[in-house]
Amino acid sequence: MSQAASIPAFPRMLEDESIYIMREVAAQFEKPALLFSGGKDSITLVRLAQKAFWPGKIPFPLVHVDTGHNFPETIRFRDQLVKETGAELIVRYVQDSINAGKVKEETGKYASRNTLQTVTLLDTIEEFKFDACIGGARRDEEKARAKERIFSVRDDFGQWDPKKQRPELFDMLNGKINIGENVRVFPISNWTELDVWTYIKEEKMNIPSIYYTHQRQVIERDGMIWPFSDFLNTTDDEVPFEETVRFRTVGDMTCTAAVASTANNIDDIIREILSAKISERGARMDDKRSEAAMEQRKKEGYF
Amino acid sequence: MDIVRIATAGSVDDGKSTLIGRLLFETNSITQDKLEAIERASKRRGVDYTDLSLLTDGLIAEREQGITIDVAHIYFSTPTRKYIIADTPGHFEYTRNMITGASNAQVAIILIDARNGIVEQTHRHFYITQLLRIPYVVVCINKMDLVNYAESAYNEIRQQFDELFAKANYREQQLQFIPASSLYGDNISSRSASIPWYDGPSLLEYLESIEWHTGENQLPARFPVQYVVRPKSAQWHDFRGFAGKLTSGMLHKGEEVVALPSGQSSTIASIQRFEEEADQAESGDSIVITLADEIDLSRGDMLVPKSQVPEGLKEISAQVCWLDHQPLKTGKNYLLQHGSNRVKAKVTNLFSSINVTDYQTIEGVAEIGLNEIGYVSLKTAKPVNADLYAVNKHNGRFILIDESSNNTVGVGFIG
Repeated sequence: MSQAASIPAFPRMLEDESIYIMREVAAQFEKPALLFSGGKDSITLVRLAQKAFWPGKIPFPLVHVDTGHNFPETIRFRDQLVKETGAELIVRYVQDSINAGKVKEETGKYASRNTLQTVTLLDTIEEFKFDACIGGARRDEEKARAKERIFSVRDDFGQWDPKKQRPELFDMLNGKINIGENVRVFPISNWTELDVWTYIKEEKMNIPSIYYTHQRQVIERDGMIWPFSDFLNTTDDEVPFEETVRFRTVGDMTCTAAVASTANNIDDIIREILSAKISERGARMDDKRSEAAMEQRKKEGYF
Repeated sequence: MDIVRIATAGSVDDGKSTLIGRLLFETNSITQDKLEAIERASKRRGVDYTDLSLLTDGLIAEREQGITIDVAHIYFSTPTRKYIIADTPGHFEYTRNMITGASNAQVAIILIDARNGIVEQTHRHFYITQLLRIPYVVVCINKMDLVNYAESAYNEIRQQFDELFAKANYREQQLQFIPASSLYGDNISSRSASIPWYDGPSLLEYLESIEWHTGENQLPARFPVQYVVRPKSAQWHDFRGFAGKLTSGMLHKGEEVVALPSGQSSTIASIQRFEEEADQAESGDSIVITLADEIDLSRGDMLVPKSQVPEGLKEISAQVCWLDHQPLKTGKNYLLQHGSNRVKAKVTNLFSSINVTDYQTIEGVAEIGLNEIGYVSLKTAKPVNADLYAVNKHNGRFILIDESSNNTVGVGFIG
């Protein structure tokens, strides 16, 4: 783009819709939870939940399935947010599932704990008997997600059956479920990546520092820049070097690529997204495993 | 920024997915990595052009069969508007998914293959746009390249469609006919040089030009209570707020309101949007209302202006579209969900079903099966504070839930 793109306004109708969904969750379910990863989408969810129940507190806990491969900045941010909002935080660890022999650590240079966390998540749902889990997935992210309902019913095994989705008409959400089933709820289904950023800007929200430009030790792999860490299995020819980068999406350190960027404020981040030639999930190795990687994981119980 | 919700409908191979792909491509909404991915996929499939239809079919089963099974939501924007497309399936057996996708649409795009003209699916799709009262319908006569861009083919289909519209009930619906080729990009975002005899707008020009004044603010206010906010904290000890979305009309601070079903009245003490206090709320706003008096009000109840109280219905006549494999039968009980209110309902009478091809009603049917539409009457255990769908869409519709499966089995339009 030659001229600086102007920053669009956030469409307020989206906030009304999402707050409406949050309230339906609190009203229709006995034991809801908000799945919190520390990324911008789940931070947005927390903001929406605060607004939905103000001046009351958020009436459900935040649940973090900790892979142990998080960016330390994300964890610090999470704890600060919990302190500020007074929300309840529940953390469960993928490492515990590994120690219990329920899942096996992947090997090789593409090893990640992304797939493993599904098991920990399903165990956590069972432990607390959660009947609804709110997630920050958006339909614009990926084509299997583009197909999912706002109230997405999962069976006893946490599985999504794309061929048997409930009709979801108008704004009428049916959260009635059978024993053992649970519902995944996606209040920001209709938001795009740009909507999330314009919302963060207009709401003056804090986000983890790794979304802004910083110096980092990285390696180059498959034409992308990867954060160097103890968790990343590298080969001999993958030599770390320092680069000026930021993250556009935040997952595990093992499957989230960085982008070379000097954006140090929200306006610059938004302008970068407006002119980006690569999609957001293009930086996520977890999606690249196959054309149907997301659908397969969702069928297994991934959020 | 405005949001425009669009539903697309068409039969198999009408080029619906290609049309959407083209729209995204021409509005620069496809990033390089996604474009490269479909270029690779096109080559793998042995097609010699970039098959833009591969953008939308997201499920494994859909790609295997080359059909759309469930609704996909697709997003793009122009400098002035954000568009949400619900790409809905064309097959008869997935009609319920089409209704799901079309239920929130302000514009429906019905695709017709210029070679085939109106087919049975077209009747069904058009009927659904009428049933839902979608205000704008674009009849996109696609694949004009395969009829040598002939005006006669376009005119013939247009005439057939006008005959169809002549039989329709919802006369205010606006129709726009556009001859197009989504494969070659004719009349998608800009006007086509291959179709000089057409002087109307391209598809995108038309979408950008529609003026939105749905008039929902002018309707009587309806505020279904979703959730009662009671913080019980030291700071907000006595706070009791009623959270919900104002589905139609406007409400003002100081306005006299009636709570239904109790019939108790009070005045609006405050309208909150999070920490901000507002003097008024518009239709669509998610707000918290506090009242001047302590009255009985909880989830499922409704606040309405004192001068515009709806009649509480215990007998409901409605047009119902059936969404479940187990047919709807007289005498059966369901859970009726109207806004935030759920009541038990019994099917007291089943009058007729409708043949959506010729709009003939069939009297004396024993049941209404999956994807069929019929006229029924229901008796509810408690009054439902509804309006007629034709008068107030938001307050004139409901869903039916089967309590044995918990599934959403039907959708009703009060008439």
